[in-house]
Amino acid sequence: MKTRAIISTLAVALAMSTSAVAETLNWARAGDSLTMDPHAQNEGPTHALASQVYEPLIQRDMAGKQVPALATEWSTDPNDPNVWKFKLREGVVFHDGAEFDSEDVVFSFQRAMSPDSDMKELLSSVKEVRADGKFGFEIVTDGPNPIMPANLNDIYIMDKGWTEKNNAVKVQDFEGGEDTFSAKNTNGTGPYVITSRVPDSKTVLEAFGNYWGKGQFPLEVTKINYTPIKNAATRVAALLSGEVDFIQDVPVQDLGRVGEDEKLKVITAPQNRVIFFGLNQGDADLKNDNVEGKNPFADVRVRRAMNMAINRDAIKKIVMRGQSIPAGVAMPPFVNGWTKELDQIPPGGAEAGKKLMAEAGYGDGFTVTLQCPNDRYINDEAICQAAVAMLGQIGITVNLDAKPKAQHFPEIGNLTTDFYMLGWGVPTYDSEYIFNFLMHTKGEKRGSWNGTRYSNADLDAKIVSLASETDLAKRDATIAEIWKQVQEDVLYLPIHHQVLNWGMANKVDTTVSPDDRARFKYFKLK
Amino acid sequence: MFRFVGDPIENMLGQERTDADIDRLREQLGLNDPFIMQYWNFLSDALRGDMGISFRQGRPVVEILVERLPATLELAFVSAIIAIVVGVILGVYTAIRSKGFVTNLILTLSLIGVSLPTFLIGILLIYLFAVELNWLPSFGRGDVVQIGWWSTGLLTSSGLKAIILPAITLGLYQMTLIMRLVRSEMLEVMSADYIRFARARGLPERTINFRHALKNTLVPVITITGLQLGSIIAFAIITETVFQWPGVGLLFIDSVQFVDIPVMASYLMFISVMFVLINLIVDIVYVLIDPRLRIQGAA
Repeated sequence: MKTRAIISTLAVALAMSTSAVAETLNWARAGDSLTMDPHAQNEGPTHALASQVYEPLIQRDMAGKQVPALATEWSTDPNDPNVWKFKLREGVVFHDGAEFDSEDVVFSFQRAMSPDSDMKELLSSVKEVRADGKFGFEIVTDGPNPIMPANLNDIYIMDKGWTEKNNAVKVQDFEGGEDTFSAKNTNGTGPYVITSRVPDSKTVLEAFGNYWGKGQFPLEVTKINYTPIKNAATRVAALLSGEVDFIQDVPVQDLGRVGEDEKLKVITAPQNRVIFFGLNQGDADLKNDNVEGKNPFADVRVRRAMNMAINRDAIKKIVMRGQSIPAGVAMPPFVNGWTKELDQIPPGGAEAGKKLMAEAGYGDGFTVTLQCPNDRYINDEAICQAAVAMLGQIGITVNLDAKPKAQHFPEIGNLTTDFYMLGWGVPTYDSEYIFNFLMHTKGEKRGSWNGTRYSNADLDAKIVSLASETDLAKRDATIAEIWKQVQEDVLYLPIHHQVLNWGMANKVDTTVSPDDRARFKYFKLK
Repeated sequence: MFRFVGDPIENMLGQERTDADIDRLREQLGLNDPFIMQYWNFLSDALRGDMGISFRQGRPVVEILVERLPATLELAFVSAIIAIVVGVILGVYTAIRSKGFVTNLILTLSLIGVSLPTFLIGILLIYLFAVELNWLPSFGRGDVVQIGWWSTGLLTSSGLKAIILPAITLGLYQMTLIMRLVRSEMLEVMSADYIRFARARGLPERTINFRHALKNTLVPVITITGLQLGSIIAFAIITETVFQWPGVGLLFIDSVQFVDIPVMASYLMFISVMFVLINLIVDIVYVLIDPRLRIQGAA
């Protein structure tokens, strides 16, 4: 009797504590931000937290569309195609009360372009940044760059005075041996202020009273408690028990459990990330196969046969439990250049693939090793296992080598793998980004993620021409040409587009953004 | 070890990095130096108390460890206390009433405690007490109070609530171990001559059980318990991951995945130093509580 009384008072106390603070949102995801320095790490969870506190000139809304943030208008200079002009927002203040103006923007861009910055690659075409009056800003590029604004969504603006006063002009680096002030403290113009933070444990954000966007955004969430919860089962348990209201990564096996709960809902939307296999088609001989003196992947018929043999629907149904969109092209559907025709699943199937293999002279098949990460993409290792069985149907014996991402990705960079899995997200939402990293011949400036050894001078020239083509119609035509060639040559074997599953309490009202970023100022609460 | 954990560079640089960036960072971090050189640099820095900068967080490793240590130590001590108190009580009970339904039940249940893996026990407890009954939190440490550099969750109600499940999960294995050890030692002692003489002298059961039998039982129990305390701290990794307990174990797992070599190396150093220290303390305590060793030492 006594214990029951204690239990019921406990339950009442718990219920009261949750209902008393209605505008608080308890948010959990697998990983925590690595640093509060907005230019030190170009990484998802880090930017996700930074974007609540700091703002770029141009941001993306929950649908992935570019909308004004600290810049209200932007265009190229009609007299000089190498100059982008930005009109800055007036009346914006930083969290410490300092006024925002062009000086801060110039300072922040210079900081983001400094050698220790992780953001500098996005600004590699920038020759100079300069102020144009108090609320004007100009970017001078080393040639016309028609898609410059697409690179600016994660270039966050800091206050020049604050940063200089606190000795944080230099971007936090890892070898310096000293603490950078900006790695632990923040002062942005964003909708939320960090009021307390213990890394890997808990971060509390509260609404910024003087935010410029008041009245323009819902801003219904006034306090955010952010907790990284690494273990997927615990994360789901915390959502089920009501301790958190919103988790960004519901594991596919728990979708049913969360969806069934009447207090919770799951919202699903395609993610800006495509998963595919890369094949070493450039080398004369493969290191990880059993064919001597020849490279079977160099034969386009073999690549085509493999492309046919991979049964994307089966992977979707069995490995992904329905949570994927089968892909025919290595490009997420949001990206400029994507068409339905390109994304068509290659017809054929295992039988046709077998015939092609025989035509290519590999009727008896061959053996090759597939390198695969096991902690990076959703069910990555299981996808590879499924592919092993599917390729077995056309006679290719695949040995699977699955390992952690920290060991997998260097193999692609160092060209020690012949057959590998990779996933790609496109922050600029433009094909050029994909071409630069994945299709161009591997070299100093471009092709750093191209592990296929594919090299096509004609294609390279077209890719380079995109950067300075100001006629957008002509540019799109070139993009289509490049994709046509890439598909013909079967550069990659696309598998699927990942799907995001956000789990949340019924009171939370939001859509899922394709880049997996929760922009809390757009969240509504019921 | 550094060769097998993977390359930290990929995690430290974003997707847009160029090959030149990789080379530059590798050079800066000294990853291009020969293995012996890297080891020498690590040792000489460590001797000066400089454990380096975390690749993942960009903060001094010592600072991170000091920040995380209280959580792990509190969890370890609470679970050790639960394990010792409950383990000894149950051990004595099952030894004195060596036959009977309750004893058999306890012994059967203890088998489950020994054989179920920690993460499964943790998940089961979360499911039962957090999801179904909604009594206790499923993750985290609750509110903490800062006392100097030490952060404690033992002074707030949410902190106390939060420690219950992880402490039970972590201590369950040790508890069953202590219980079985106390039971078998006690059964052995109970059949010793001096207990029979004590009985013959007509001493009350209480005195025999607790003054003579238990006291003699505890000598080996203390040794084992002491050594187990080290493994409680070291193996808190799994419990901390399941409950998102912000201690050094969780830090270690995060570091392994990120290839945060400075943190991994410091954590392993810390654990080994701690094991050596605990063994030393146990040896000293052993001499203090067992008079026979002192007499031998004097002679």
